[in-house]
Amino acid sequence: MLLKLEGLRKSYPGGVTALDDVSLDLMPGEHVSLVGESGCGKTTLARVVMGLVAPDAGRVFFEGREFSSVRARRGMFCRKVRMVFQDPFTSLDPRYSVRAILGEALRLEPRMTRGEELARMRGVLALVRLPPDILARYPHEFSGGERQRIAMARALMSQPSLLILDEALSSLDVLVQQDILSVLEELPRRTGVTYLFIAHNLRAVRRLSRRVAVMRQGRIIECAGRDELFSSPSHPYTQALLKAAFNYEVSV
Amino acid sequence: MEKPRSETGLAWQRFTSDRAALAALWVLGALYAAALLADVAAPYSLKDESREHPYCPPTAIHLLAPDGRLIGPHVRGMAMAYDTFRRRVYRATPEVYPLRFFGKGEPYRLLGFLPFDRHLFIVDAPGRVYLLGADSRGRDIFSRILHGARVSLTIGLFGVIISFGIGLLVGGIAGYWGGRVDDVLMRVCEMVMMVPGFYLLLALRAAVPDSLDPLQVYAAIIIILSFIGWAGLARVIRGMCLSLKERDYVLAARTMGLTDMEIIVRHVLPHTISYSLAAVTLAVPGYILGESALSLIGLGIQDPYASWGNMLAEAMSIVRIQFAPWILWPAFFIGITVLSFNVAGDALRDAWDPLLKGRGEST
Repeated sequence: MLLKLEGLRKSYPGGVTALDDVSLDLMPGEHVSLVGESGCGKTTLARVVMGLVAPDAGRVFFEGREFSSVRARRGMFCRKVRMVFQDPFTSLDPRYSVRAILGEALRLEPRMTRGEELARMRGVLALVRLPPDILARYPHEFSGGERQRIAMARALMSQPSLLILDEALSSLDVLVQQDILSVLEELPRRTGVTYLFIAHNLRAVRRLSRRVAVMRQGRIIECAGRDELFSSPSHPYTQALLKAAFNYEVSV
Repeated sequence: MEKPRSETGLAWQRFTSDRAALAALWVLGALYAAALLADVAAPYSLKDESREHPYCPPTAIHLLAPDGRLIGPHVRGMAMAYDTFRRRVYRATPEVYPLRFFGKGEPYRLLGFLPFDRHLFIVDAPGRVYLLGADSRGRDIFSRILHGARVSLTIGLFGVIISFGIGLLVGGIAGYWGGRVDDVLMRVCEMVMMVPGFYLLLALRAAVPDSLDPLQVYAAIIIILSFIGWAGLARVIRGMCLSLKERDYVLAARTMGLTDMEIIVRHVLPHTISYSLAAVTLAVPGYILGESALSLIGLGIQDPYASWGNMLAEAMSIVRIQFAPWILWPAFFIGITVLSFNVAGDALRDAWDPLLKGRGEST
């Protein structure tokens, strides 16, 4: 078991329940997608897992060890679980060069020589199909798609086993999405990384994931294998969601 | 693609394309250079005085000797007399004292350690050169302005560095951590800000013993001024940090295991630089004026040491200003320094601001 979430709850002041008893299991290599409308708690779930938001209740396990307290997640958990944010224009600090941005991701890694660091940086840039000579450049010199790839490269620096992609495609235009999607399809084979893919683009979900969890109002209302869910959704909300996304298929 | 440029590089480019800012920078550069090299540039030392020349007006620099021959730059002797209304008047005497450039004068230590005795320009005794006139004890105002610049210009700089160091740190911590830390720190800030600045200045000065040597007074003034100055900045920085800490790159840094202090220093405070750099520059004049005010009322730098403020203490009588208006020269220097800092500060803020609105989004 790679990641196991147990009974996570989180409500925000003002009575908004973002997570209502969410449990989820992730096996290595089993890319799970989390879909649902905006405000259903997907992003909160990602932030709770990453320790950015403290849950009101619930437990987090990673590779069999418990990491429920946020403090415990500094260290091994931080190295092995990485997150890519939605907006590549805000997730890279404009004051630092690509090299500094990537270097920062090595914060918890064992000490490396400059040569090893550079080799690691070139390696991850190759994985996301960026040329190695961009290290001295700054985020504002890149397009949205390139920035998102830099953000992905940063996430890969510590050779994580779980990558949480929080709407990582949503703010990019369609052609760029295709581009990133093909990079994402390739990555697990080359690095052994597993995705927790948070999205509302169901086509991308179908291409990337093995299992799909549908969230609504802070609850996971349905969780099934990809083909099963896409061919015979059981929950009415899932049916409506699929109908909205692929209405031509449903009508056939 | 040309050479990669950081935001700092772009801001600098923008800053240097502003002509007023460049002019201000040159003025400040010249003033600080003059302060650094005051010993060389000034013909007389701090302790030099000439009791025969109280309130001597600026001496004219002549090129032609009294008989019409061209003998190069020189000054004439000045003799004091009293007119029928018993007012001091100075008459030029026929004696000629050529200006000697890089001539030997009073010995001093260049930059504090190199023994040296050359001055940029000087005349042989008993001649006196008063470029900007003399004060009540026949001391050269030009020389004293240069020596005083050391105090007046550096107090602003050191004061600002200390108080902004404190302000940034306190503001950063309060804004980033929030909660009870924030509450406590902000209440402390408010207590400091609650007291009107000038009275706080006087009260704090009163708490420092009078019998200090000039260096201690200097340090005390800096500490007092920075104690007053940090709270305002801390509050603004805190407000900025409150919003900056929700940025994605801060969250990303947290997920990568950076400590809070690392995040504050690397990802939060640098983004307040557009504000704080301008604020720093705009705050320097306050320190210069604060020192002037203290010295003016006799609580700052004491004679024979010079600061622009204590030189102005002589100008507190309207009668003296009437008969010796040149004793107001230090005010002119305070004025252009304050103006230059303000112009440079404004330009710095303008240079940074457009960058913060997400450059490169069009690509």
